[in-house]
Amino acid sequence: MAKKGSDRPSVLVLALLIALLLSAVPLSESLAPFRPDWVALVLLYMAIYTPNQWLMTSAFFCGLIMDALFATPLGQYSLALIIACYFPHKLHLRLMLVPIWQSTVSAVLYIATYQFVLFWVNGANNNDVGAGFYLWPIIGTVIVWPVLLVILDTARLGRRTKT
Amino acid sequence: MPSGSNGVHRLSHGRALGLRTFILSIFCIGLMMIDLRGDMLRPARELLMSIAYPLQTVAATPASLLNWSDDSGRSRAELALENARLKRERLLSDARLQQLNAIAAENDRLRAMLDARPRVGADMRVAQIIDVDTDRYRHRVVLNKGANQEIATRQAIVDANGIVGQVIEVGPFSSNVMLISDPGHAIPVEVVRNGLRTVAFGAGEYDQLDVRYLPNNADVVVGDLLVTTSLGGDFPPGYPVAEITAVDIQPRQEFAKVTATPVAALTQIREVLVLASRQPITDTEDEDGQERE
Repeated sequence: MAKKGSDRPSVLVLALLIALLLSAVPLSESLAPFRPDWVALVLLYMAIYTPNQWLMTSAFFCGLIMDALFATPLGQYSLALIIACYFPHKLHLRLMLVPIWQSTVSAVLYIATYQFVLFWVNGANNNDVGAGFYLWPIIGTVIVWPVLLVILDTARLGRRTKT
Repeated sequence: MPSGSNGVHRLSHGRALGLRTFILSIFCIGLMMIDLRGDMLRPARELLMSIAYPLQTVAATPASLLNWSDDSGRSRAELALENARLKRERLLSDARLQQLNAIAAENDRLRAMLDARPRVGADMRVAQIIDVDTDRYRHRVVLNKGANQEIATRQAIVDANGIVGQVIEVGPFSSNVMLISDPGHAIPVEVVRNGLRTVAFGAGEYDQLDVRYLPNNADVVVGDLLVTTSLGGDFPPGYPVAEITAVDIQPRQEFAKVTATPVAALTQIREVLVLASRQPITDTEDEDGQERE
């Protein structure tokens, strides 16, 4: 749990902004399918390490901005983020104690949930793409999540918390 | 901050979280349904797009810097070469345009004789594609012009070769374009050789359109050019869309399996023309409109 006083919430707002930026930065066509879901990962960090009543609201508004960025129906990314954030938020007391490799496993499950909701919404309005396509971002997630964890912990608390 | 909060808060935490998740999810689903069915959320969408625009501009900066350094790092000889090539092309298209003016005038006379309505020409403006990635499952691009530059939804987008897509959402400073290759896009077309009308659907691949609903005995061969028709009303007629690449006759099926390749270079374009308000082509001021930036 974060030490009182050393916590800097502004870091997380900044992290969300950067995550939004990174999700719009152009990648080459061969890399783009593997792009980690940056916003979802920052929200996962917030759900586990700084859970509070603003998390779902932040997820909602980030999702809306992503919908505007990506020209998807308003609410699609919000819905995916909110549903995916529910479980890590509910289980945060357990999740914050696990070592990095286990937390990477939970990040993978989380991203799979997130992608599944996107897949479901796309399917529901006849925008089908092959299901395998939705699993590629998980590869990006596995690579990025441990690094993101260390960076955010350092930025927020000045060091990596002992687990 | 709940991170420093007491046990009482934590006890009520679980139920409140579930409730909040549930309410927000229902709200999101409602938003989506309204957004997919009508135009009611347009003010909200415009607001969000104006928030997203600075993000997109910043996200595109590395790529545009790269382009800029690419341009400014080129040697004088290269630029001179390109300049010469452009001049040559300009001369060729000018020559073609002269013919076109004569043909347009002739066409108007013939149409007047037939008592037909004059064909509508289009007023064009140039827009740049902001180099940002959008949703990975859709074929969308973002333009750097929006409602403030009189861009409106359903306007057609063309590049030098043919139809690129159409505007689907407009913010104050930017707009979103659905490419013709988007899986959700369909465009009414006709075969230029014989006027056979059909519909070309996006297939989710940048180099492929599915031309459905052509019977097995339809007169269509590989290499046929598909152009827009005025059916449907969104696209001005006569612009090239795609070239037939495969005609697969399926005797057991009702329709043949026909695919085409878009003539516009969908993955390489940086600048496009937005076909704005329509005026009759008899208006000879049309060329002035074309030169407007």
